[in-house]
Amino acid sequence: MMRIPCIVCGLRDENEFTCGGTSHLVRPAIDASDRDWAEYLFFRDNPKGLHHERWRHTQGCGQWFNLVRHTLTHEILTVYAMTESPPR
Amino acid sequence: MHETASRTSPSFAPTSWMSVKAPLTRLVFHGDRTARAAAEAGFPIASADEVCRARVDGDRASLWLGPDERLLLAPADQDAARIAAAIAAALGAVPHAIVDVSHRQIGLEIRGPQATQILNGACPLDLDLSQFPVGMCTRTALAKADIVLWRQQPDRFHVEVWRSFAPYVVALLNEIARDYE
Ligand SMILES: [Zn+2]
Repeated sequence: MMRIPCIVCGLRDENEFTCGGTSHLVRPAIDASDRDWAEYLFFRDNPKGLHHERWRHTQGCGQWFNLVRHTLTHEILTVYAMTESPPR
Repeated sequence: MHETASRTSPSFAPTSWMSVKAPLTRLVFHGDRTARAAAEAGFPIASADEVCRARVDGDRASLWLGPDERLLLAPADQDAARIAAAIAAALGAVPHAIVDVSHRQIGLEIRGPQATQILNGACPLDLDLSQFPVGMCTRTALAKADIVLWRQQPDRFHVEVWRSFAPYVVALLNEIARDYE
């Protein structure tokens, strides 16, 4: 069980949240190749290390936000708004 | 003239620490800052903006559920349609949503020295007074049920639970409370 710092409410248990998968995926143009569409829809990097992901505080304030999580330790390094670019 | 369904609360055997609250008028209001400010003319505390806090004004309350979402509570004899119409009139063309959820939920009162332990039997929130003070409210999970938890006194909580989940929640809390008898 992780504890996740909601960008609005603060620290809550993971079971109040829904994970929305990898952040910052860029939708290809409508006439992009099948390969590019497949890449966008189905393929993910699955890094061992820092991962940018979207979460929603579903059983809380209802807000979507981004966070950076270490996939090995589950440590959450930072939380940022949907409209922000990933911190460097 | 329209018919109004009679508003009743299901009956559960009261205990020393739990009872079903009287029926309430409940409205969920969605709107941005502009809409919330304008709604004050129809429901004077609709714009209460503090995160995870309830504001009380006489017999009415406004519970913060999310940045753009408030749960407005009033006694059952204050007609939901009339309150909604007053807010809608105050808002005019400002985009917003008002939904009457009076019948969707029931209120439970959980009280007494064991209240926090009983709730924590199925809800992992830190209910220490320093972390969850009087006046705090939040939507959260009680085991598998979605609830709104509102601390009204150090040892008294108001729990909003969807009507169809109430038998489950009440049975679960009774089961947990057996540990404290
Ligand atoms: Zn939240």
